[in-house]
Amino acid sequence: MLRENQRRFKFDWITIILFLLLVGFGYLNILSASHVGEVTNYFDTSELYGKQLIFIGLTFVLIVLILSFEAKFYERFASIIYLVAILALIGLFIFGKDVNGARSWYGIGSMTIQPSEFAKFATSLAVAKYISDLQTNMQTLKDQLRVTAIIFIPALLILLQNDAGSTIVYLAFFFVFYREGLQQVYLIIALSLIILAVLGLKFGIAVTAVIASIIILSTYFLRKKKRGSILQYIVVLVVSIGFSYGVKLFYEHGLKAHQQNRISLWLRLEKDPAKLEKMKKEEAYNLIQSEQAISSGSWTGKGFLQGTRTTGKFVPEQETDYIFSTVGEEWGFLGSSFVVILFVLLIIRILYLAESQKSQFSRVYGYGVASILFIHFTINTGMVMGLIPTVGIPLPFFSYGGSGLWGFTILLFIFIKLDSNKINEW
Amino acid sequence: MRKLLLLTTVVLVGLVFIARLFYLQVYSSSGYDIFEDNAIKKEYNYPKRGYVYDRNGQLLVANQPSYDVMVIPREVAPMDSATIQEFCKLLKITEEEYDKKLRRATNYSPRLSSPFVQQLSKNDYAVLQEKMRKFEGFYIQKRSLRSYQTTIGANVLGDIGEVNRKIIADQPYYRLGDLIGKQGVEKTYEQTLRGVKGIKFIQKDRFNKNIGPYKDGIFDTLPKPGKDITLTIDAELQAYGELLMKHKRGGIIALDPSSGEILAMVSGPSYNPNLLVGRDRSRNFSKLYTDTIAKPLFDRGLQAQYPPGSPFKVINALIGLQEGVVNTNERFTCRMGYYYGSRRLTGCHHHRSPVAMNDGIAQSCNAYFVNVYRRIIDKYEDPGKGMNTWANHAKSFGLGNYLNNDLSVGSKGRIPDGDYYDRAYGDNRWGSTYIVSNAIGQGEVEATPIQLANMAAAIGNRGYYYTPHIIKNIEGETIDPKYTTPKYTTIDKQYFEPVVQGMFDVYNKGTAATLRVPGIDICGKTGTAENFVRIDSLKTQLTDHSIFVAFAPKENPKIAIAVFVENGYWGSRFAGRMASLMIEKYIKGHITRTDLERWILTHSLENEYAKPYSGEPFKINGETTLQVIDNYAIENSNQSNLKQ
Repeated sequence: MLRENQRRFKFDWITIILFLLLVGFGYLNILSASHVGEVTNYFDTSELYGKQLIFIGLTFVLIVLILSFEAKFYERFASIIYLVAILALIGLFIFGKDVNGARSWYGIGSMTIQPSEFAKFATSLAVAKYISDLQTNMQTLKDQLRVTAIIFIPALLILLQNDAGSTIVYLAFFFVFYREGLQQVYLIIALSLIILAVLGLKFGIAVTAVIASIIILSTYFLRKKKRGSILQYIVVLVVSIGFSYGVKLFYEHGLKAHQQNRISLWLRLEKDPAKLEKMKKEEAYNLIQSEQAISSGSWTGKGFLQGTRTTGKFVPEQETDYIFSTVGEEWGFLGSSFVVILFVLLIIRILYLAESQKSQFSRVYGYGVASILFIHFTINTGMVMGLIPTVGIPLPFFSYGGSGLWGFTILLFIFIKLDSNKINEW
Repeated sequence: MRKLLLLTTVVLVGLVFIARLFYLQVYSSSGYDIFEDNAIKKEYNYPKRGYVYDRNGQLLVANQPSYDVMVIPREVAPMDSATIQEFCKLLKITEEEYDKKLRRATNYSPRLSSPFVQQLSKNDYAVLQEKMRKFEGFYIQKRSLRSYQTTIGANVLGDIGEVNRKIIADQPYYRLGDLIGKQGVEKTYEQTLRGVKGIKFIQKDRFNKNIGPYKDGIFDTLPKPGKDITLTIDAELQAYGELLMKHKRGGIIALDPSSGEILAMVSGPSYNPNLLVGRDRSRNFSKLYTDTIAKPLFDRGLQAQYPPGSPFKVINALIGLQEGVVNTNERFTCRMGYYYGSRRLTGCHHHRSPVAMNDGIAQSCNAYFVNVYRRIIDKYEDPGKGMNTWANHAKSFGLGNYLNNDLSVGSKGRIPDGDYYDRAYGDNRWGSTYIVSNAIGQGEVEATPIQLANMAAAIGNRGYYYTPHIIKNIEGETIDPKYTTPKYTTIDKQYFEPVVQGMFDVYNKGTAATLRVPGIDICGKTGTAENFVRIDSLKTQLTDHSIFVAFAPKENPKIAIAVFVENGYWGSRFAGRMASLMIEKYIKGHITRTDLERWILTHSLENEYAKPYSGEPFKINGETTLQVIDNYAIENSNQSNLKQ
């Protein structure tokens, strides 16, 4: 009996407190971003802040539900949960509802549900399940391909629904694979590809080719032992340049105009001031407004509900993707740094817990949670403060929306449940 | 190692984000300034600028509405060329001008509003107002411009113009496009006349729509109207003075000795104050400003320092009596000048000799005053001390320093003291004979017409004066007590009577005998001052200045006046005539000596002023003939209403 009691309270309260702080602070900012005039009824469901309060209320029901299942349930049913999620994504093509050009919603009465938000934890479970299988060896190409397929299916489905932002999130699993034994060379390749892409776009193919040649050929000449045939190096060089060129071609012909503009603005590719001005007006309106709102916050911000740009609704989509600009304006440098620190602490805490897991399934899943939260946080916040090109994904626990909040809550609390179970894992 | 990749990435990203936030919010942000926040619209409400009246209640300056098109560059929405064309047509500007103006405003500040096109006519405003909504980022600001009810007194009234960036930096009350007093009473009474503008802060949304007062209007203020002021100026006298000064250069200052109030303040040449109103202001202003020959913006009554000439002799007489170096009966010989040994230090004109003080003043004898002056300086063991004593007496008449009053400009004048000559000649290497020119108001002594008028007032009051000032009354305020407190000279009262008598005799039997005004006892003093200019680096003498200083009546004077006419040749020729006309006009209200008036109005000195610029050799003083002009000025004077 005593042991039962102890076990029940073995949840990691630090994670839960960080979660509560984020959700609570997020709600205050949604209230600020969505209210018009005096707030008379905080539960007014015709207003976004009222709806969010209900979403938050339901979240606690969800938490109790998640924590009440046996921890083993999630491992055992991981594949099934994954299948359900995939089916839900496929179903969108038939029953889905178009919102802003993306077909990623189910409409149930006045409610809408976005299955891609739930696919993240399902994929995490499936990845954890596959990697933790005794048969799996992440060093082998076969398993690498299979596990990539697990994330590739939902990512592709989401991309087909025209939600490129949510697709990018699946890159988060790279961190998981790497932790679980993916060879170092992949990391080097990934970094090289990023550098090649950026170099090619920013400085053109010729410059990229020169830089790549210098690096690759000097590697060959400096390596005295085991340097192999020069042919191999030339192949790598050609592939590199080819990739860089491919990226450029893709940028010029494969991307939609608005995506192209976003990257152009980010890398400052447009030199013609008139065109740049036009591009800024069309594409960077949100970004400029958001940066201005954040800048105007100074040290301590203008105060809760006092943001002039928030009140004036200067930043479009402020309660969803751009919620961080409200934090910046009303709570200033201190408030927004606080939010950054909360996220960093939460992710570090999850990583710490993941490393302390005895079961590989729990560890891989925990890594998945940390990686997904990290990608969301980095892309969203980086975008709002103008460090990363515009990608429309929400800030976990902060942004307005039921599906998002629930998706992240399930993601996090399954891990809390798994973690609470580690004493039984002897 | 594998465990650390995500961990370090997370920490790194966190640090980069905090650094970015610091850059955005602290480093590159100058703190929150509501005036720079384009989410908050600032609506200014300019109060009525105070009216200006003359001492008799005549309205001189009122207001007229004016409409400026303002721009906030960052809020300017992209317009297609047809819209821009339409806008330019409404504003009556070309498209190049449109681009230029927009660029200039953007350079000043993309966030703050700048004037775009100023002072639209009423018709343009009416047409534009209806279409204004089409042109995002532009708005119309109503202001109030001056409306002069008169064509005179430009130098008195001054004008208002747009604040420049330096003013904005020094005085944050002003914003670009605001108007401020630039000259005259508009400048000195800016705070009183201007009032305080009201401001409304309005929360806008991103479609530039007003969504209500910012923070329920707790920061909003109501405009406080400017206060009306009444000047000491007598508009009729001022207008008459300006009429007399036509075709001449110089200044007339008339004071009321019993209060220090300035009755008239004429500077010639003058201009119509209406030139500096409205859209033409800057063009007209630069025309006036760049006229470096006639210098119409230079207020000769207040700023021009001239050698005062003979009127300064009476000061030496007073100092001599106060220092006890001369009495009223002592006579001095004049042999057409003052001789030091066999050397003639100064010349004189023909008059009977020897003379005592009364005739010394009335006949303006140079030799008499050189004697008196040398005795003052030589009374003391060293000339420096004597010079300082002399200078202190002279300065107690308000000479040699700023009057420190409510006029926007002024000059110090110059009363040299011992140190001055120590610097010029070396310590104690000079004596009274070096500096005898000061005895007759030449040499190093310089004074402005207003200082001379004030000097006359102090003599008329027998030993005290009130600081000359131009404010008579401010709506609901009392005027500065420094204007109602008398300032005493260092000369005892009893010494004034003989000097006043001498000045009275200037009219009776002396240098101004022809200028008597029937029924008014005038005391005055003529003056003639030599003057020189440099032409092609050669010191060249020009025709003498004509100077006259007077007060009237002799007992309890009502008016003290100084008239200075550049190159008018001798004291009673121009300045004396004009002073007597001014006195008659003020005291009687009309002119009985119309032939005298006619003479002044039909004689011009324009030829005289053109000489140094002609590039040819020219004659001066007695060898010249006076220019007679047609009689349009006379017709002017016959108009019953000189004010409009």
